[in-house]
Amino acid sequence: MALTLDCLGMACPRPIIELAKVIGGVAIGETITVLADDVAASYDIAAWCRMRGHDLISALDNEFVVVRRT
Amino acid sequence: MIYLDSASSEQLHPAALEALEATRSLTADVRRSHHAAKQARLVYDNARESLAQTLGVRPDEIQFTSSGTQAVHRGVLGLHRAAATQAAIALSAVEHSSVRHAAAFSSAQCIELPPDNHGEVLPETMPSLGDCALVAVQSANHEVGTVQPIAELANAMPGVPFFVDACASMGRMPLPQGWSAAAGSAHKWGGPPGVGVLLVRKGVRWRNPFPGDDRAVFPEVGFENVSACFAAAAALRAVADEAAEVSARQFEITRFLRERLAAIADSAVVGHPTQRLSHLVTASFLYVDGETLVTELDRAGYAVASGSACAASTLEPSAVLAAMGALTHGNVRISLTRETTMEQAIGLAAVLDELVPALRARVGM
Repeated sequence: MALTLDCLGMACPRPIIELAKVIGGVAIGETITVLADDVAASYDIAAWCRMRGHDLISALDNEFVVVRRT
Repeated sequence: MIYLDSASSEQLHPAALEALEATRSLTADVRRSHHAAKQARLVYDNARESLAQTLGVRPDEIQFTSSGTQAVHRGVLGLHRAAATQAAIALSAVEHSSVRHAAAFSSAQCIELPPDNHGEVLPETMPSLGDCALVAVQSANHEVGTVQPIAELANAMPGVPFFVDACASMGRMPLPQGWSAAAGSAHKWGGPPGVGVLLVRKGVRWRNPFPGDDRAVFPEVGFENVSACFAAAAALRAVADEAAEVSARQFEITRFLRERLAAIADSAVVGHPTQRLSHLVTASFLYVDGETLVTELDRAGYAVASGSACAASTLEPSAVLAAMGALTHGNVRISLTRETTMEQAIGLAAVLDELVPALRARVGM
């Protein structure tokens, strides 16, 4: 099951906190699409994925697609 | 309050205070021929000679400016204006904002040199020789402390003017080899605020990029703050004399802090582990708000800085952390003064051990 997480209007680190809270809700290999417009979101979602061992497979404007890997 | 923000501004060195007090009445115009003017001129010249000696440069290679930022602007734009070609400026993606603003002001095309994940700029990232009029890379990074391999980078770009923003390292480390022009800022080495230095190597082509002035020492502009320049020189001499001892002590304290902060769950200590400034440690903590972290540390008695967007005047995350691919939220920069003790660092580490989990608990993590 894929999930979409609406974090528009939230300042960092809130989008990352919300993402961390729901990542366990999708199976390994499935995706979460995060909508976030904070200026730091693109850097921090990428950094979080690297620290946590997940993959950020696309980052377009305010839409980030994360694949759960662990 | 334990002040751990020397990378923003170092406390005034006792030698600077003494020099300021001894010379504060010297406000006459150094261009005039009367006695008061000659006295001021003597002290002004002395400041330049002392700085030159400490830095290992010629007195006529030094321009006093009114800030480090102004020294950077004049350095970058003066080299670019004099360059044979108005081609691109290559600058590292981890430069101080003053360098990035100067490059943008030039209206030249900018080539960004990406750092590795320690924030180090590597020679293989240098553009091809014909493509740029000027390269700008800092001596050491002001936010994460990584020392750049300037001599190697300059060797990779023979014949291309090389600007070095040395504000973060001046007085702490010798100037690197290979610069054409370099900038420093007195309040970052324990001198007074309002004094910068621009160094332009003899024989390097540099042209004043801004309106000129008929001051005593071409091409400086504006009325000289003789007393502050003298105090800046006194402080630089004093810190350079102490640098080996202070730096060794600071390196041990920051090594301890790096280890302790790395041991906190979900933290990332950023910057090069060994090729780094001795007095500076930067770390980011997942799920923590940088501004809250700074405020809580302040309440606990520690003054630190943060590169997180929420803690910045611009509300933009640190361009340095972003370029390195480091976490930009939950960031703290701890920078020691010459008086910081290991006991104080142990106290800070204990506070962070408790504070970071407590802040996470507040947001349900």
